[in-house]
Amino acid sequence: MQRFINNPDEVVEDTVKGFVKAHSDIVRLAENPRVIAARNAPYQGKVGVITGGGSGHEPAFIGYTGKNMLDAVAVGELFSSPTAKSFYDAVREANGGKGVVCLYGNYAGDNMNVKMAVKMAAKEGIEVATVVANDDVCSAPPEERKKRRGVAGEIFMWKIGGARAASGASLEEVRATAQKAIDNCRSIGVGLGPCTLPAVGHPNFQIEPGTMEVGIGHHGEPGVRVEPLKTADAIARDMCRIVLDDHALPEGTEVAVLVSGLGATPLNELYILNDTIEAEITGRGLKIYRTYVGNYFTSLEMVGATLTVMALDAELKELLDVEVHCTALL
Amino acid sequence: MQTFSNTSSGDIVLAMADRIIENRAYLSEIDGKIGDGDHGVNMAKGFSMAAERLKGRKVSLGESFDTLGTVLMTEIGGSMGPLYGVMFTEFAEKLEGAEAIDAKAFSDMLHAGLAGIQSIGSAKVGDKTLLDTFVPAVEAFDMATASGKSFSDALQALVIAAEQGRDSTIDLVAKIGRASRLGDRSLGVLDAGATSCAIILKELSLGASDKLH
Repeated sequence: MQRFINNPDEVVEDTVKGFVKAHSDIVRLAENPRVIAARNAPYQGKVGVITGGGSGHEPAFIGYTGKNMLDAVAVGELFSSPTAKSFYDAVREANGGKGVVCLYGNYAGDNMNVKMAVKMAAKEGIEVATVVANDDVCSAPPEERKKRRGVAGEIFMWKIGGARAASGASLEEVRATAQKAIDNCRSIGVGLGPCTLPAVGHPNFQIEPGTMEVGIGHHGEPGVRVEPLKTADAIARDMCRIVLDDHALPEGTEVAVLVSGLGATPLNELYILNDTIEAEITGRGLKIYRTYVGNYFTSLEMVGATLTVMALDAELKELLDVEVHCTALL
Repeated sequence: MQTFSNTSSGDIVLAMADRIIENRAYLSEIDGKIGDGDHGVNMAKGFSMAAERLKGRKVSLGESFDTLGTVLMTEIGGSMGPLYGVMFTEFAEKLEGAEAIDAKAFSDMLHAGLAGIQSIGSAKVGDKTLLDTFVPAVEAFDMATASGKSFSDALQALVIAAEQGRDSTIDLVAKIGRASRLGDRSLGVLDAGATSCAIILKELSLGASDKLH
């Protein structure tokens, strides 16, 4: 394992310290050192927008803190949910008196800690609404969609929710719009190589050389099949097929496309994938409104990529176009 | 009727912390087979933080549970922080104001902890979680007392059932949490939460047994 770390048990502390030093024009460290807040949050009279999750997915989650995006983010250990206290402190940092919406992924720890944080906030008179992302198509069949994990579609959920809150909407309006955004998202991950938690020292799962895992999760959760590694074209077509078959969008639908690396895949390979992804999507009669290609939601040094497609309507297009000031998204 | 003192039994939590810290590597190792491999690390971190705060102070069992529960809930995230955090906090609430703990109070305490866990988690018995240890352990304790067994005999029954429950997870497919994504691949290994739960319940029962009079 060749890594830039000091003490394996202090990876998160060191990450947060460096992040805040680099981006003090956009973010600030909250009183709780496991909470990052937008520099000028809370905004009085605006619905607060927060998320939280395990570390190791940078730039998610902290990199999406900023103006017109997330007001505060709870930071967990590597691949481990933040504490209920940290979620609650993120709520407090984001609370401008109009309530707070917590937009998070569908993981056992996050579900429990958010639930407790909501209770803690209610005791202090802060209303918290929640939206749970479930865009990862391969993590459960369509009839059990509620069980699906949240992955890179969360970025669109934050973008749309953040923009809606910035427009002066009410808590219920922000919640409903963020819910619509994630309902319109479908994602798929393909893994080519595993990742290692520094404190553990060896990968928790294996992907044999020459093979790939289709449908892999953001922590190496097993996908739907392991098969010999194919060409980028064939993989991209497979990813589009899985995402779009689940989505069943009417012809002419406009979509936003997000292709993210999982940590150790070079950017040029993401563009190679995107070349075919765009052709596949437009070949199905859909219109691409906007494309994002980059390392938006990673899994330490996993080799692999994810594809997210969000179906758009007039409202979502308008909110997607709202300018943001955060480190991870333009 | 057998009882043990709440006020002078805070050291049970220190002994519990020792067992968890001793099992740090073991718990992480079994967790690593179907999970992240960080269960032992996180548990040891939480229990040793609580032990640091409790050492040298003369506090009751209830207060010690409260300290432990609060540390787990506020300092340890993941799934185990809130689950055990709620459990110990509920234990503490049930013991508040009690001087002596009899079998009835002990059972009420266990049920409150169980209800706390079930209020935030969605697991059922058979899902390969700590409930596979906890639920049969509480049932065995209640059955023993209902059939007229002494408090100490009931505690013994509790430990046996907890360890059998822990071992039952080897043949279970995980239905919840990260290991559930493995499907049948989660067969054949112990659940780390069920294992740590057995350690906790055993140490609690042994500690209580030693203090019965």
